[in-house]
Amino acid sequence: MRVLGRVRRRTRERLAADAALLAVAAAFALPLLWLLLSSLDTDADLRVRVPGNPTLDNFSAVWTDEITFTPMLNSLVLCGGATALTVVCAVLAAYPLSRYRSRLTRPYLLTVLFTTCLPITAVMVPVYGLFVQVDLIDTVYGTALFLATAQLPFAIWLMKNFMDGVPRVLEEAAWTDGASMPQTLWRVVLPLMGPGVTVVTIYTFIMLWGNFFVPFMLLLSPDRLPASVSIFTFFGNYGSVVYGELAAFSILYSTPVLLLYVVIAQRLGGGFALGGAVKG
Amino acid sequence: MLRWLPLAPATLLLLVFLAGPIGYCVYIAFTDMQLTGSSGTGFVGFDNFRRAFADPGFRNAVWLTVVFTVVSSILGQNTLGLALAALMRRASRPVRTLTGTLVIAAWVLPEIVAAFLLYAFFRREGTLNAVLDWLHLPTQNWLFGLPILAVSFANVWRGTAFSMLIYSAALAEIPQEITEAAEVDGASGPRRLWHITLPMIRRSIGTNLMLNTLQTLSVFGLIWAMTRGGPGRRSQTLPVFMYDQAFLKSLIGYGTAVALLLLLVGALFSVVYLRLMKVEV
Repeated sequence: MRVLGRVRRRTRERLAADAALLAVAAAFALPLLWLLLSSLDTDADLRVRVPGNPTLDNFSAVWTDEITFTPMLNSLVLCGGATALTVVCAVLAAYPLSRYRSRLTRPYLLTVLFTTCLPITAVMVPVYGLFVQVDLIDTVYGTALFLATAQLPFAIWLMKNFMDGVPRVLEEAAWTDGASMPQTLWRVVLPLMGPGVTVVTIYTFIMLWGNFFVPFMLLLSPDRLPASVSIFTFFGNYGSVVYGELAAFSILYSTPVLLLYVVIAQRLGGGFALGGAVKG
Repeated sequence: MLRWLPLAPATLLLLVFLAGPIGYCVYIAFTDMQLTGSSGTGFVGFDNFRRAFADPGFRNAVWLTVVFTVVSSILGQNTLGLALAALMRRASRPVRTLTGTLVIAAWVLPEIVAAFLLYAFFRREGTLNAVLDWLHLPTQNWLFGLPILAVSFANVWRGTAFSMLIYSAALAEIPQEITEAAEVDGASGPRRLWHITLPMIRRSIGTNLMLNTLQTLSVFGLIWAMTRGGPGRRSQTLPVFMYDQAFLKSLIGYGTAVALLLLLVGALFSVVYLRLMKVEV
Protein backbone atom coordinates (compact mmCIF):
# COMPACT_ATOMS: atom_id res chain seq x y z
CA MET A 1 0.00 0.00 0.00
CA ARG A 2 2.78 2.44 0.90
CA VAL A 3 4.55 1.77 -2.38
CA LEU A 4 1.33 2.25 -4.29
CA GLY A 5 0.74 5.50 -2.41
CA ARG A 6 4.14 6.75 -3.37
CA VAL A 7 3.64 5.89 -7.03
CA ARG A 8 0.34 7.73 -6.97
CA ARG A 9 1.98 10.73 -5.37
CA ARG A 10 4.68 10.68 -8.04
CA THR A 11 2.02 10.77 -10.74
CA ARG A 12 0.26 13.64 -9.02
CA GLU A 13 3.52 15.51 -8.71
CA ARG A 14 4.28 14.96 -12.37
CA LEU A 15 0.90 16.29 -13.44
CA ALA A 16 1.26 19.36 -11.24
CA ALA A 17 4.75 20.03 -12.60
CA ASP A 18 3.51 19.56 -16.17
CA ALA A 19 0.66 22.00 -15.63
CA ALA A 20 2.93 24.64 -14.09
CA LEU A 21 5.51 24.30 -16.85
CA LEU A 22 2.87 24.49 -19.57
CA ALA A 23 1.59 27.76 -18.10
CA VAL A 24 5.12 29.21 -18.18
CA ALA A 25 5.65 27.82 -21.67
CA ALA A 26 2.49 29.58 -22.86
CA ALA A 27 3.68 32.89 -21.44
CA PHE A 28 7.03 32.50 -23.18
CA ALA A 29 5.39 31.34 -26.41
CA LEU A 30 2.95 34.24 -26.89
CA PRO A 31 5.46 36.87 -28.08
CA LEU A 32 7.15 34.31 -30.31
CA LEU A 33 3.83 33.19 -31.70
CA TRP A 34 3.01 36.79 -32.55
CA LEU A 35 6.25 36.96 -34.54
CA LEU A 36 5.46 33.84 -36.55
CA LEU A 37 1.82 34.68 -37.23
CA SER A 38 2.43 38.34 -38.07
CA SER A 39 5.13 37.47 -40.56
CA LEU A 40 2.49 35.59 -42.58
CA ASP A 41 -0.15 38.28 -42.24
CA THR A 42 -0.11 41.39 -44.44
CA ASP A 43 -2.60 43.13 -42.11
CA ALA A 44 -0.73 42.26 -38.94
CA ASP A 45 -1.20 44.49 -35.91
CA LEU A 46 0.21 44.22 -32.40
CA ARG A 47 -1.90 41.34 -31.18
CA VAL A 48 -1.56 37.59 -31.69
CA ARG A 49 -4.02 36.64 -34.40
CA VAL A 50 -4.25 33.84 -36.92
CA PRO A 51 -3.88 35.44 -40.36
CA GLY A 52 -7.03 35.42 -42.52
CA ASN A 53 -5.17 34.20 -45.55
CA PRO A 54 -1.55 33.41 -44.79
CA THR A 55 0.91 34.57 -47.46
CA LEU A 56 4.64 35.01 -47.85
CA ASP A 57 4.12 38.56 -49.17
CA ASN A 58 5.85 40.11 -46.16
CA PHE A 59 8.95 38.05 -46.84
CA SER A 60 9.05 39.02 -50.51
CA ALA A 61 8.51 42.67 -49.55
CA VAL A 62 11.63 42.75 -47.36
CA TRP A 63 13.62 40.47 -49.68
CA THR A 64 15.52 43.42 -51.17
CA ASP A 65 19.07 44.70 -51.19
CA GLU A 66 18.27 47.68 -49.06
CA ILE A 67 16.26 46.00 -46.31
CA THR A 68 17.69 42.51 -46.03
CA PHE A 69 20.80 41.72 -48.04
CA THR A 70 22.99 44.74 -47.32
CA PRO A 71 22.44 44.72 -43.52
CA MET A 72 22.81 40.94 -43.32
CA LEU A 73 26.01 41.06 -45.37
CA ASN A 74 27.26 43.88 -43.14
CA SER A 75 26.50 41.77 -40.08
CA LEU A 76 28.30 38.83 -41.61
CA VAL A 77 31.44 40.83 -42.44
CA LEU A 78 31.46 42.65 -39.09
CA CYS A 79 30.67 39.68 -36.85
CA GLY A 80 32.53 37.12 -38.96
CA GLY A 81 35.68 39.26 -38.91
CA ALA A 82 35.39 39.95 -35.19
CA THR A 83 34.73 36.26 -34.44
CA ALA A 84 37.78 35.14 -36.43
CA LEU A 85 39.95 37.64 -34.58
CA THR A 86 38.54 36.64 -31.19
CA VAL A 87 39.03 32.92 -31.78
CA VAL A 88 42.59 33.25 -33.11
CA CYS A 89 43.63 35.48 -30.21
CA ALA A 90 41.87 33.25 -27.68
CA VAL A 91 43.53 30.06 -28.97
CA LEU A 92 46.95 31.68 -28.91
CA ALA A 93 46.42 33.13 -25.44
CA ALA A 94 44.92 29.94 -24.00
CA TYR A 95 47.94 27.83 -24.98
CA PRO A 96 50.56 29.27 -22.64
CA LEU A 97 47.93 29.85 -19.94
CA SER A 98 46.94 26.21 -20.05
CA ARG A 99 50.41 24.68 -20.51
CA TYR A 100 52.95 26.73 -18.58
CA ARG A 101 53.11 27.71 -14.95
CA SER A 102 54.33 31.09 -13.91
CA ARG A 103 53.70 33.56 -11.14
CA LEU A 104 51.76 35.61 -13.67
CA THR A 105 49.33 32.93 -14.87
CA ARG A 106 46.95 33.24 -11.98
CA PRO A 107 46.74 37.05 -11.86
CA TYR A 108 46.33 37.10 -15.64
CA LEU A 109 43.43 34.63 -15.56
CA LEU A 110 41.79 36.40 -12.64
CA THR A 111 42.04 39.70 -14.51
CA VAL A 112 40.47 38.06 -17.56
CA LEU A 113 37.62 36.68 -15.46
CA PHE A 114 37.19 40.04 -13.75
CA THR A 115 36.96 41.75 -17.15
CA THR A 116 34.34 39.23 -18.26
CA CYS A 117 32.09 40.57 -15.53
CA LEU A 118 32.48 44.29 -16.22
CA PRO A 119 29.45 46.07 -17.73
CA ILE A 120 30.75 46.80 -21.24
CA THR A 121 27.88 49.25 -21.77
CA ALA A 122 29.61 51.64 -19.39
CA VAL A 123 32.79 51.71 -21.50
CA MET A 124 30.97 52.86 -24.64
CA VAL A 125 31.18 56.60 -23.95
CA PRO A 126 34.98 56.72 -23.65
CA VAL A 127 35.32 54.24 -26.53
CA TYR A 128 33.30 56.60 -28.67
CA GLY A 129 35.50 59.52 -27.63
CA LEU A 130 38.63 57.51 -28.32
CA PHE A 131 37.37 56.39 -31.73
CA VAL A 132 36.61 59.97 -32.73
CA GLN A 133 40.13 61.06 -31.77
CA VAL A 134 41.99 58.28 -33.61
CA ASP A 135 39.60 58.42 -36.57
CA LEU A 136 38.22 54.91 -36.17
CA ILE A 137 34.63 56.08 -35.92
CA ASP A 138 32.29 54.75 -38.61
CA THR A 139 34.82 52.16 -39.79
CA VAL A 140 33.89 48.50 -39.99
CA TYR A 141 37.36 47.29 -38.94
CA GLY A 142 37.44 49.63 -35.95
CA THR A 143 34.06 48.37 -34.78
CA ALA A 144 35.11 44.77 -35.38
CA LEU A 145 38.28 45.32 -33.32
CA PHE A 146 36.25 46.60 -30.39
CA LEU A 147 33.63 43.86 -30.68
CA ALA A 148 36.40 41.24 -30.73
CA THR A 149 38.02 42.75 -27.64
CA ALA A 150 34.75 42.89 -25.73
CA GLN A 151 34.15 39.19 -26.39
CA LEU A 152 37.77 38.16 -25.87
CA PRO A 153 37.91 37.69 -22.07
CA PHE A 154 35.11 35.14 -22.03
CA ALA A 155 36.51 33.41 -25.12
CA ILE A 156 39.96 33.08 -23.49
CA TRP A 157 38.38 31.71 -20.35
CA LEU A 158 36.27 29.11 -22.18
CA MET A 159 39.12 28.16 -24.52
CA LYS A 160 41.54 27.67 -21.62
CA ASN A 161 39.06 25.37 -19.88
CA PHE A 162 38.61 23.30 -23.04
CA MET A 163 42.38 23.16 -23.59
CA ASP A 164 42.98 21.97 -20.03
CA GLY A 165 40.93 18.90 -21.00
CA VAL A 166 43.42 17.86 -23.69
CA PRO A 167 45.98 15.41 -22.24
CA ARG A 168 49.62 16.45 -22.50
CA VAL A 169 51.06 13.05 -23.31
CA LEU A 170 50.70 13.37 -27.09
CA GLU A 171 52.14 16.85 -26.98
CA GLU A 172 55.20 15.63 -25.12
CA ALA A 173 55.69 12.97 -27.77
CA ALA A 174 55.61 15.68 -30.43
CA TRP A 175 58.14 17.73 -28.44
CA THR A 176 60.58 14.84 -28.34
CA ASP A 177 60.15 14.39 -32.08
CA GLY A 178 61.43 17.94 -32.37
CA ALA A 179 58.18 19.75 -33.18
CA SER A 180 58.12 23.46 -32.47
CA MET A 181 55.46 25.07 -30.30
CA PRO A 182 53.34 26.42 -33.17
CA GLN A 183 53.49 22.98 -34.84
CA THR A 184 52.38 21.25 -31.65
CA LEU A 185 49.54 23.67 -31.14
CA TRP A 186 48.36 23.43 -34.75
CA ARG A 187 48.86 19.70 -35.38
CA VAL A 188 48.28 18.12 -31.97
CA VAL A 189 46.32 20.29 -29.58
CA LEU A 190 43.79 21.97 -31.88
CA PRO A 191 42.61 18.79 -33.64
CA LEU A 192 42.01 17.24 -30.21
CA MET A 193 39.92 20.16 -29.03
CA GLY A 194 37.88 20.57 -32.20
CA PRO A 195 34.52 20.61 -30.41
CA GLY A 196 35.80 23.19 -27.92
CA VAL A 197 36.97 25.53 -30.68
CA THR A 198 33.65 25.09 -32.50
CA VAL A 199 31.69 25.95 -29.38
CA VAL A 200 33.74 29.07 -28.66
CA THR A 201 33.48 30.18 -32.30
CA ILE A 202 29.72 29.72 -32.54
CA TYR A 203 29.06 31.20 -29.13
CA THR A 204 31.17 34.29 -29.96
CA PHE A 205 29.40 34.70 -33.29
CA ILE A 206 25.93 34.45 -31.69
CA MET A 207 26.81 37.08 -29.08
CA LEU A 208 28.21 39.45 -31.71
CA TRP A 209 25.37 38.92 -34.18
CA GLY A 210 22.87 40.08 -31.57
CA ASN A 211 24.98 42.96 -30.26
CA PHE A 212 23.16 46.23 -30.76
CA PHE A 213 24.83 48.92 -28.66
CA VAL A 214 28.38 48.72 -30.04
CA PRO A 215 27.57 49.12 -33.77
CA PHE A 216 24.77 51.55 -32.84
CA MET A 217 27.40 53.83 -31.27
CA LEU A 218 30.40 53.30 -33.52
CA LEU A 219 28.87 53.08 -37.01
CA LEU A 220 27.06 56.01 -38.57
CA SER A 221 26.69 55.46 -42.33
CA PRO A 222 23.41 53.73 -43.15
CA ASP A 223 25.10 51.51 -45.74
CA ARG A 224 27.47 50.08 -43.10
CA LEU A 225 24.91 49.24 -40.44
CA PRO A 226 24.49 45.59 -39.47
CA ALA A 227 21.02 44.04 -39.18
CA SER A 228 20.88 44.59 -35.39
CA VAL A 229 20.93 48.37 -35.94
CA SER A 230 19.08 48.57 -39.27
CA ILE A 231 16.10 46.76 -37.80
CA PHE A 232 16.01 49.41 -35.08
CA THR A 233 15.91 52.31 -37.54
CA PHE A 234 13.25 50.33 -39.40
CA PHE A 235 10.89 50.28 -36.43
CA GLY A 236 12.41 53.30 -34.74
CA ASN A 237 10.20 55.58 -36.82
CA TYR A 238 6.99 54.28 -35.24
CA GLY A 239 3.87 55.69 -36.91
CA SER A 240 4.04 54.02 -40.28
CA VAL A 241 5.43 50.62 -39.29
CA VAL A 242 4.28 47.66 -41.35
CA TYR A 243 4.36 45.10 -38.55
CA GLY A 244 4.11 42.11 -40.85
CA GLU A 245 7.23 43.10 -42.76
CA LEU A 246 9.10 43.90 -39.59
CA ALA A 247 8.21 40.45 -38.25
CA ALA A 248 9.34 38.81 -41.48
CA PHE A 249 12.67 40.65 -41.32
CA SER A 250 13.09 39.75 -37.64
CA ILE A 251 12.72 36.10 -38.55
CA LEU A 252 15.28 36.33 -41.35
CA TYR A 253 17.69 38.12 -39.04
CA SER A 254 17.25 35.68 -36.13
CA THR A 255 17.38 32.41 -38.08
CA PRO A 256 21.19 32.12 -38.38
CA VAL A 257 21.78 32.37 -34.63
CA LEU A 258 18.92 30.03 -33.75
CA LEU A 259 20.33 27.41 -36.12
CA LEU A 260 23.87 27.88 -34.82
CA TYR A 261 22.64 27.50 -31.26
CA VAL A 262 21.14 24.14 -32.18
CA VAL A 263 24.60 23.08 -33.38
CA ILE A 264 26.28 23.93 -30.07
CA ALA A 265 23.43 22.44 -28.05
CA GLN A 266 23.95 19.14 -29.86
CA ARG A 267 27.70 19.24 -29.39
CA LEU A 268 27.29 19.86 -25.70
CA GLY A 269 24.36 17.58 -25.04
CA GLY A 270 21.55 20.02 -24.48
CA GLY A 271 23.59 23.17 -24.07
CA PHE A 272 23.86 22.58 -20.36
CA ALA A 273 27.63 22.45 -20.43
CA LEU A 274 27.83 26.14 -21.26
CA GLY A 275 26.00 26.77 -18.02
CA GLY A 276 28.59 24.52 -16.40
CA ALA A 277 31.46 26.35 -18.06
CA VAL A 278 30.52 29.69 -16.53
CA LYS A 279 29.85 28.21 -13.12
CA GLY A 280 33.41 29.10 -12.10
CA MET B 1 60.26 34.15 -22.47
CA LEU B 2 59.44 33.37 -26.08
CA ARG B 3 56.87 30.82 -25.06
CA TRP B 4 54.68 33.55 -23.59
CA LEU B 5 54.63 35.32 -26.97
CA PRO B 6 51.23 33.88 -28.00
CA LEU B 7 49.66 35.94 -25.23
CA ALA B 8 50.72 39.13 -26.99
CA PRO B 9 47.87 39.66 -29.51
CA ALA B 10 45.11 39.14 -26.95
CA THR B 11 46.89 41.27 -24.36
CA LEU B 12 47.48 44.05 -26.87
CA LEU B 13 43.79 44.12 -27.87
CA LEU B 14 42.66 44.12 -24.25
CA LEU B 15 45.06 46.91 -23.33
CA VAL B 16 44.25 49.13 -26.30
CA PHE B 17 40.50 48.67 -26.56
CA LEU B 18 39.48 47.89 -23.00
CA ALA B 19 42.03 49.04 -20.45
CA GLY B 20 42.65 52.15 -22.59
CA PRO B 21 39.03 53.30 -22.65
CA ILE B 22 38.62 52.54 -18.94
CA GLY B 23 41.66 54.68 -18.16
CA TYR B 24 40.40 57.38 -20.50
CA CYS B 25 37.02 57.09 -18.75
CA VAL B 26 38.67 57.89 -15.42
CA TYR B 27 40.34 60.94 -17.00
CA ILE B 28 37.28 62.38 -18.81
CA ALA B 29 35.09 61.92 -15.75
CA PHE B 30 37.13 64.65 -14.07
CA THR B 31 36.81 67.10 -16.98
CA ASP B 32 33.97 69.18 -18.42
CA MET B 33 34.38 67.76 -21.94
CA GLN B 34 31.50 68.42 -24.30
CA LEU B 35 30.82 67.08 -27.74
CA THR B 36 30.06 70.43 -29.29
CA GLY B 37 31.20 73.94 -28.47
CA SER B 38 34.59 75.52 -28.91
CA SER B 39 35.45 75.76 -25.21
CA GLY B 40 38.47 73.64 -24.42
CA THR B 41 38.27 70.74 -22.03
CA GLY B 42 39.10 71.76 -18.49
CA PHE B 43 39.85 69.79 -15.37
CA VAL B 44 36.97 70.09 -12.93
CA GLY B 45 37.89 67.65 -10.16
CA PHE B 46 34.97 65.96 -8.48
CA ASP B 47 32.40 68.40 -9.92
CA ASN B 48 30.78 65.80 -12.16
CA PHE B 49 30.28 63.43 -9.26
CA ARG B 50 28.97 66.13 -6.93
CA ARG B 51 26.65 67.19 -9.69
CA ALA B 52 25.49 63.62 -10.23
CA PHE B 53 24.55 63.07 -6.61
CA ALA B 54 22.66 66.36 -6.55
CA ASP B 55 20.89 65.68 -9.87
CA PRO B 56 17.32 64.37 -9.48
CA GLY B 57 17.67 62.76 -12.93
CA PHE B 58 20.66 60.74 -11.72
CA ARG B 59 18.99 59.74 -8.47
CA ASN B 60 15.93 58.70 -10.42
CA ALA B 61 18.15 56.57 -12.68
CA VAL B 62 19.85 54.93 -9.69
CA TRP B 63 16.50 54.11 -8.13
CA LEU B 64 15.12 52.70 -11.38
CA THR B 65 18.27 50.64 -11.87
CA VAL B 66 17.79 49.16 -8.40
CA VAL B 67 14.13 48.39 -9.14
CA PHE B 68 15.00 46.93 -12.55
CA THR B 69 17.78 44.76 -11.10
CA VAL B 70 15.85 43.52 -8.08
CA VAL B 71 12.61 42.80 -9.95
CA SER B 72 14.01 41.35 -13.15
CA SER B 73 17.23 39.72 -12.06
CA ILE B 74 16.97 38.74 -8.40
CA LEU B 75 13.25 38.06 -8.09
CA GLY B 76 12.48 37.29 -11.71
CA GLN B 77 15.21 35.45 -13.60
CA ASN B 78 16.77 33.87 -10.55
CA THR B 79 13.59 32.57 -8.90
CA LEU B 80 11.81 31.59 -12.10
CA GLY B 81 14.98 29.90 -13.36
CA LEU B 82 15.25 27.83 -10.19
CA ALA B 83 11.54 26.97 -10.25
CA LEU B 84 11.74 25.88 -13.87
CA ALA B 85 14.83 23.76 -13.25
CA ALA B 86 13.19 22.10 -10.22
CA LEU B 87 9.86 21.50 -11.97
CA MET B 88 11.61 20.03 -14.99
CA ARG B 89 13.01 17.23 -12.86
CA ARG B 90 9.47 16.08 -12.06
CA ALA B 91 7.75 16.85 -15.35
CA SER B 92 7.23 14.49 -18.25
CA ARG B 93 9.70 14.52 -21.08
CA PRO B 94 7.70 16.28 -23.84
CA VAL B 95 6.65 19.12 -21.52
CA ARG B 96 10.24 19.49 -20.35
CA THR B 97 11.55 19.69 -23.91
CA LEU B 98 8.86 22.15 -25.02
CA THR B 99 9.35 24.53 -22.11
CA GLY B 100 13.13 24.33 -22.31
CA THR B 101 13.12 25.06 -26.04
CA LEU B 102 10.85 28.10 -25.71
CA VAL B 103 12.75 29.61 -22.79
CA ILE B 104 16.09 29.10 -24.53
CA ALA B 105 14.76 30.48 -27.84
CA ALA B 106 13.84 33.72 -26.03
CA TRP B 107 17.44 33.88 -24.78
CA VAL B 108 19.16 33.15 -28.10
CA LEU B 109 17.05 35.65 -30.05
CA PRO B 110 18.95 38.90 -30.82
CA GLU B 111 18.35 41.62 -28.25
CA ILE B 112 16.58 43.99 -30.63
CA VAL B 113 14.21 41.33 -31.92
CA ALA B 114 13.32 40.48 -28.32
CA ALA B 115 12.75 44.16 -27.60
CA PHE B 116 10.51 44.50 -30.62
CA LEU B 117 8.47 41.40 -29.69
CA LEU B 118 7.93 42.59 -26.15
CA TYR B 119 7.14 46.10 -27.29
CA ALA B 120 4.30 44.59 -29.32
CA PHE B 121 3.32 42.36 -26.40
CA PHE B 122 3.03 45.21 -23.87
CA ARG B 123 1.48 47.88 -26.09
CA ARG B 124 -2.03 49.06 -25.23
CA GLU B 125 -3.43 47.24 -28.25
CA GLY B 126 -1.00 44.33 -27.79
CA THR B 127 -1.35 40.68 -26.85
CA LEU B 128 -1.06 41.01 -23.07
CA ASN B 129 -4.11 43.26 -22.86
CA ALA B 130 -6.00 40.99 -25.24
CA VAL B 131 -5.33 38.04 -22.93
CA LEU B 132 -6.25 40.02 -19.80
CA ASP B 133 -9.43 41.20 -21.47
CA TRP B 134 -10.32 37.63 -22.41
CA LEU B 135 -9.81 36.57 -18.78
CA HIS B 136 -11.97 39.54 -17.66
CA LEU B 137 -9.03 41.08 -15.80
CA PRO B 138 -8.34 44.83 -15.81
CA THR B 139 -6.11 45.98 -18.64
CA GLN B 140 -3.37 48.60 -18.45
CA ASN B 141 -1.39 50.78 -20.78
CA TRP B 142 1.76 48.99 -19.66
CA LEU B 143 4.42 50.97 -21.50
CA PHE B 144 2.88 54.23 -20.35
CA GLY B 145 1.57 53.40 -16.89
CA LEU B 146 4.17 50.95 -15.59
CA PRO B 147 7.13 51.23 -17.97
CA ILE B 148 9.78 50.02 -15.52
CA LEU B 149 7.71 46.94 -14.75
CA ALA B 150 7.18 46.25 -18.46
CA VAL B 151 10.91 46.39 -19.21
CA SER B 152 11.63 44.29 -16.11
CA PHE B 153 9.26 41.58 -17.32
CA ALA B 154 10.85 41.84 -20.75
CA ASN B 155 14.23 41.19 -19.15
CA VAL B 156 12.81 38.18 -17.30
CA TRP B 157 11.44 36.80 -20.56
CA ARG B 158 14.78 37.29 -22.21
CA GLY B 159 17.20 36.25 -19.48
CA THR B 160 15.63 33.41 -17.51
CA ALA B 161 17.20 30.70 -19.67
CA PHE B 162 20.65 31.40 -18.23
CA SER B 163 19.51 30.77 -14.64
CA MET B 164 17.51 27.75 -15.76
CA LEU B 165 20.64 26.21 -17.34
CA ILE B 166 22.83 26.93 -14.32
CA TYR B 167 20.28 25.52 -11.87
CA SER B 168 19.55 22.46 -14.01
CA ALA B 169 23.26 21.64 -13.94
CA ALA B 170 23.41 22.26 -10.18
CA LEU B 171 20.34 20.15 -9.36
CA ALA B 172 21.61 17.29 -11.51
CA GLU B 173 24.69 17.12 -9.29
CA ILE B 174 22.77 16.50 -6.07
CA PRO B 175 23.05 12.80 -5.23
CA GLN B 176 19.70 11.08 -5.60
CA GLU B 177 20.06 9.12 -2.33
CA ILE B 178 20.01 12.25 -0.19
CA THR B 179 16.65 13.51 -1.41
CA GLU B 180 15.21 9.99 -1.38
CA ALA B 181 16.31 9.43 2.20
CA ALA B 182 14.65 12.68 3.24
CA GLU B 183 11.52 11.68 1.39
CA VAL B 184 11.35 8.34 3.18
CA ASP B 185 11.83 10.16 6.48
CA GLY B 186 8.69 12.07 5.60
CA ALA B 187 10.15 15.52 4.86
CA SER B 188 7.67 17.55 2.81
CA GLY B 189 8.53 19.16 -0.52
CA PRO B 190 9.09 22.72 0.79
CA ARG B 191 11.14 21.41 3.72
CA ARG B 192 13.31 19.32 1.41
CA LEU B 193 13.84 22.40 -0.74
CA TRP B 194 14.77 24.64 2.19
CA HIS B 195 16.91 22.25 4.23
CA ILE B 196 18.53 20.10 1.58
CA THR B 197 18.38 21.41 -1.94
CA LEU B 198 19.08 25.11 -1.38
CA PRO B 199 22.08 24.59 0.94
CA MET B 200 23.56 22.10 -1.52
CA ILE B 201 23.38 24.46 -4.48
CA ARG B 202 24.33 27.64 -2.63
CA ARG B 203 27.47 28.13 -4.72
CA SER B 204 25.43 28.07 -7.89
CA ILE B 205 22.94 30.50 -6.38
CA GLY B 206 25.77 32.90 -5.58
CA THR B 207 27.28 32.62 -9.06
CA ASN B 208 23.96 33.01 -10.75
CA LEU B 209 22.85 36.03 -8.72
CA MET B 210 26.14 37.74 -9.37
CA LEU B 211 26.26 37.10 -13.10
CA ASN B 212 22.58 37.97 -13.57
CA THR B 213 22.97 41.21 -11.67
CA LEU B 214 26.01 42.24 -13.70
CA GLN B 215 24.24 41.35 -16.92
CA THR B 216 21.15 43.31 -15.92
CA LEU B 217 23.17 46.37 -14.84
CA SER B 218 24.35 46.86 -18.41
CA VAL B 219 21.07 46.27 -20.28
CA PHE B 220 20.61 49.11 -22.76
CA GLY B 221 19.18 47.95 -26.11
CA LEU B 222 16.11 46.27 -24.63
CA ILE B 223 15.02 49.38 -22.69
CA TRP B 224 16.03 51.84 -25.36
CA ALA B 225 14.07 50.05 -28.05
CA MET B 226 10.98 49.47 -25.90
CA THR B 227 10.56 52.85 -24.19
CA ARG B 228 13.62 55.06 -24.88
CA GLY B 229 13.74 55.50 -21.13
CA GLY B 230 10.33 57.15 -21.13
CA PRO B 231 7.65 58.22 -20.81
CA GLY B 232 9.45 61.16 -19.23
CA ARG B 233 12.20 59.42 -17.30
CA ARG B 234 10.15 56.63 -15.84
CA SER B 235 12.21 53.78 -17.30
CA GLN B 236 15.54 55.59 -17.53
CA THR B 237 18.04 53.25 -15.89
CA LEU B 238 21.70 54.23 -15.52
CA PRO B 239 22.91 53.06 -18.97
CA VAL B 240 20.05 54.94 -20.65
CA PHE B 241 20.71 58.02 -18.49
CA MET B 242 24.39 57.85 -19.40
CA TYR B 243 23.60 57.68 -23.11
CA ASP B 244 21.11 60.52 -22.80
CA GLN B 245 23.54 62.84 -21.01
CA ALA B 246 26.64 62.01 -23.02
CA PHE B 247 25.16 61.94 -26.51
CA LEU B 248 21.77 63.56 -26.64
CA LYS B 249 22.79 66.37 -24.27
CA SER B 250 26.44 66.28 -25.42
CA LEU B 251 27.80 66.31 -21.86
CA ILE B 252 30.60 63.81 -22.39
CA GLY B 253 32.35 64.56 -19.10
CA TYR B 254 29.20 64.17 -17.05
CA GLY B 255 28.01 61.09 -18.98
CA THR B 256 31.40 59.48 -18.43
CA ALA B 257 31.28 60.18 -14.70
CA VAL B 258 28.00 58.25 -14.64
CA ALA B 259 29.62 55.47 -16.70
CA LEU B 260 32.50 55.36 -14.23
CA LEU B 261 30.09 54.95 -11.32
CA LEU B 262 28.36 52.11 -13.19
CA LEU B 263 31.73 50.54 -13.88
CA LEU B 264 32.68 50.83 -10.20
CA VAL B 265 29.49 49.09 -9.09
CA GLY B 266 30.18 46.36 -11.67
CA ALA B 267 33.81 46.04 -10.52
CA LEU B 268 32.68 45.76 -6.90
CA PHE B 269 30.26 42.96 -7.76
CA SER B 270 32.98 41.21 -9.80
CA VAL B 271 35.45 41.30 -6.92
CA VAL B 272 32.84 39.95 -4.51
CA TYR B 273 32.06 37.25 -7.05
CA LEU B 274 35.69 36.22 -7.47
CA ARG B 275 36.16 36.12 -3.69
CA LEU B 276 32.94 34.33 -2.94
CA MET B 277 33.51 31.68 -5.56
CA LYS B 278 37.18 31.22 -4.68
CA VAL B 279 37.80 30.61 -8.36
CA GLU B 280 40.47 28.01 -9.02
CA VAL B 281 42.71 28.83 -11.95
